[in-house]
Amino acid sequence: MLLLECPYCGAKCEETELSPGGEAHIKRYGPGSSDQDFEAYLFMRENPKGVHFERWRHVYGCGKWFHAARCTQSLEVFGTYAAQTFEPPQEIKDKISAKRPGWSWRDFS
Amino acid sequence: MMQKGLSKMSNIQTAMNGARATGYVDVSEAPVTGMITLRGDLADAGVQKAVKSVMGAGVPATLTVTDADAGQILWMSPDELMIVCAYDQADQMVSDLIAALGDTHSMVMNVSDARAVFDLNGSATSEIIAKLAPIDMKSMPAGTVRRTRFAQIPAAFWMTSNDSARIICFRSVGEYMFNQLRNSAQAGFEVGDW
Repeated sequence: MLLLECPYCGAKCEETELSPGGEAHIKRYGPGSSDQDFEAYLFMRENPKGVHFERWRHVYGCGKWFHAARCTQSLEVFGTYAAQTFEPPQEIKDKISAKRPGWSWRDFS
Repeated sequence: MMQKGLSKMSNIQTAMNGARATGYVDVSEAPVTGMITLRGDLADAGVQKAVKSVMGAGVPATLTVTDADAGQILWMSPDELMIVCAYDQADQMVSDLIAALGDTHSMVMNVSDARAVFDLNGSATSEIIAKLAPIDMKSMPAGTVRRTRFAQIPAAFWMTSNDSARIICFRSVGEYMFNQLRNSAQAGFEVGDW
């Protein structure tokens, strides 16, 4: 069972109250972009064993989208943060670094 | 409620016609209840002022209920409130809120007829909710509110005291809600954790 704290209402939500939204921090490439960028935007996804960033929606609750940083191997949750950001906040990165030294994920580390 | 100048087409009825079930917790459908959805940024001074002026009570803190002069104000999300009031006051309250909000970016709507309301009464009220919703009921003292799911349907509930709760769901699934509450509260089905 996965428990995530919604950063908007502060409620601790059980997985079934949430709706998974796939990988986080994907940059959208639209009209005018190269085929390679557009393909990467549509199809290329991380599949890490370890630190991962995801989007979730508190669908049965406040209805807000948020981000979660967690470990796919241990299901440990490093933290959740608001959706209005292009990259994980430093505080979350620090928490991950403390537990998984030397981690990296896409362009973040 | 009947509007002035319009003929009454039928009597107002609730989703389950006031159904009741007595188990180790009492389950009953509430009488007709006024419910108003207010959407707008709750951190906005204009929204806060309008709610205060019409309701006589401020915007509740996150995940809590505030008692107001004419009912309760429920925190539903960072940009949504549910106002519970007398059924026949809802239309007037909507007009008052819209007037008070003025140009503030917001939406107010009377949703009384779109919802069903149920009451749980009894010392094991928390247990009945814990059977159906993925909530740590130890984190839900009197005066707290949560939107969640009850088995397969979305719902909101708030603890009216430590031994009672009120549940709101869509009217179309009112029967499903009543049946699952009744089944969970059947005598002989006690878990005994509360």
